[in-house]
Amino acid sequence: MIGAGEEAILSVTDASAGYGDVTLWSRLNLEVHPGEIIAVLGANGTGKSTLFRAILGQLPLRTGTIRFLGEAAHKGDRRIGYIPQQHLFRKGTPIRGRDLVRLGVDGTRIGHPFATAATRAAVDALIEQVGATAYADRPIGELSGGEQQRLRVAQALTGEPRLLICDEPYSSLDVRHQDDITKLIVRRRDTAGTPALFITHDINPILPYVDRVLYLAAGKHRLGTVGEVLNTATLSELFGSPAQVVHVGEQVFIVGTPDHHHDAAASTLARGRQP
Amino acid sequence: MIGIVPADWWTSVVNFQDYAELFALLKNSVLAAGVVGFVGGLIGVFIMQRDMAFAVHGISEMSFSGAAAAILFGANVVAGSVVGALVAAIAIGVLGAKARDRNSIIGVLMPFGLGLGILFLALYPGRSANKFGLLTGQIVAVDDPQLGWLAVIGVFVVVALFVLWRPLTFDSVDPEVAEARGIPTRLLSIVFMILLGLVVAASVQIIGALLVLALLVTPAAAALQVSSHPLIVPALSVAFGLTAAVGGTLLALGGTLPISPYITTISFLIYVICRTLSRQKARRSAVGRTS
Repeated sequence: MIGAGEEAILSVTDASAGYGDVTLWSRLNLEVHPGEIIAVLGANGTGKSTLFRAILGQLPLRTGTIRFLGEAAHKGDRRIGYIPQQHLFRKGTPIRGRDLVRLGVDGTRIGHPFATAATRAAVDALIEQVGATAYADRPIGELSGGEQQRLRVAQALTGEPRLLICDEPYSSLDVRHQDDITKLIVRRRDTAGTPALFITHDINPILPYVDRVLYLAAGKHRLGTVGEVLNTATLSELFGSPAQVVHVGEQVFIVGTPDHHHDAAASTLARGRQP
Repeated sequence: MIGIVPADWWTSVVNFQDYAELFALLKNSVLAAGVVGFVGGLIGVFIMQRDMAFAVHGISEMSFSGAAAAILFGANVVAGSVVGALVAAIAIGVLGAKARDRNSIIGVLMPFGLGLGILFLALYPGRSANKFGLLTGQIVAVDDPQLGWLAVIGVFVVVALFVLWRPLTFDSVDPEVAEARGIPTRLLSIVFMILLGLVVAASVQIIGALLVLALLVTPAAAALQVSSHPLIVPALSVAFGLTAAVGGTLLALGGTLPISPYITTISFLIYVICRTLSRQKARRSAVGRTS
């Protein structure tokens, strides 16, 4: 998957981030190449979302640089497709499914708010692409989590993104819908070579497609293939406490993550925003 | 039943005698109500999207205290209420970016503003016809300069909302992606609070500080009961706001009661009707799905 000769889409070099006295991660080096799918794992508060915010140019690094397509990462780069941490739209939110997608197309522009023919065509094409045509005209708050998330993928695919970053795209989705969302992102990878970064508590929905794993824990991190990172020795060393990686069928579970000693499945960790 | 109610009670509620003359005399009130109904209905859509009904109430109390200060010091009442509303709106916008902070800041500001306003009015030596009209709505005519102020505010806010419509919608319903896409969300929310402050200040003149929500929140809430369409919701909300404000004012002209109860009642009835319609629709579609 890693095209050795190909230029990296995203280069994180010697980067550290934190707040106050807390160092979330330091000396992080990550190169994302075309076609790569990378899972970003770690307990709450280890700085996964902070990394995404830094890539989106919303947060300064303490040290190091982040370059995207050869430029310093900056705010509002429309070549990054972003799927935010999923929270369902309230019932009564005054937009329809297609309006959410449209916000991705022309939502940042000022001027008269009426959609042009070009905008409408672009929105239709995006909705079609994720197979959401049947329910795109219904109020967003009345759609299921899976339907809302499909439309979020459509929104993120606006304008041919060169990188997708997905923050917990699976929370509150059942297995079938997790799979649907994964396939949409993998299809984008296959057709356009767009690499994707996933923040997730549960690697299993994307396990068959993951090229590398970045595991963050208490100021440290490990980066490598699934086999290199998700093994008992590496994670025990990373956590500084005994951890065990258990393979059940085709799924992988981590027992003994630092903030979750009692539960066998790291995938069921509480979900919350990073500081 | 009729016998129990004195005849003059009813004529104080509705009385269409000499209506043409009255209308000519109170034309400004009707126009002012139209301005406030239109702008209130329009900005109400964003108030609902941004979940700011409570903020509207807080701003209107501060607007009242500004207007009361203007009466005490002999300044322009509209200017006073604009200043009060803007101070409150900007304070809420700057200090209360998060919903939880915002509500506590509003809860702190609101009684302070109301208390200040009552103090100013108590200190005012003269008799003022519209003293408590600022709280509960006007019964006197709107004069030409006042109408001019309201019109300027109305046009400014409508144009600003029109131009900023898409980024405001984006920031209101989907703030995380909006920020990632480069919308200056902080700046935009301050701009929105300024527009909101202006509309609140204008509405206080007509319907009174305590009842501003009837024109800024109820029409949009009613519209959202029956539609989610991005054009139909604002259109309905404006239509409802206009109906309540202008209809209420027209009904009030003949009687001796203030304008406010007419406006609030019409606004409330529209909401009840929309809610009933939406429930019926939900029931029908539920039946359709099971059969």
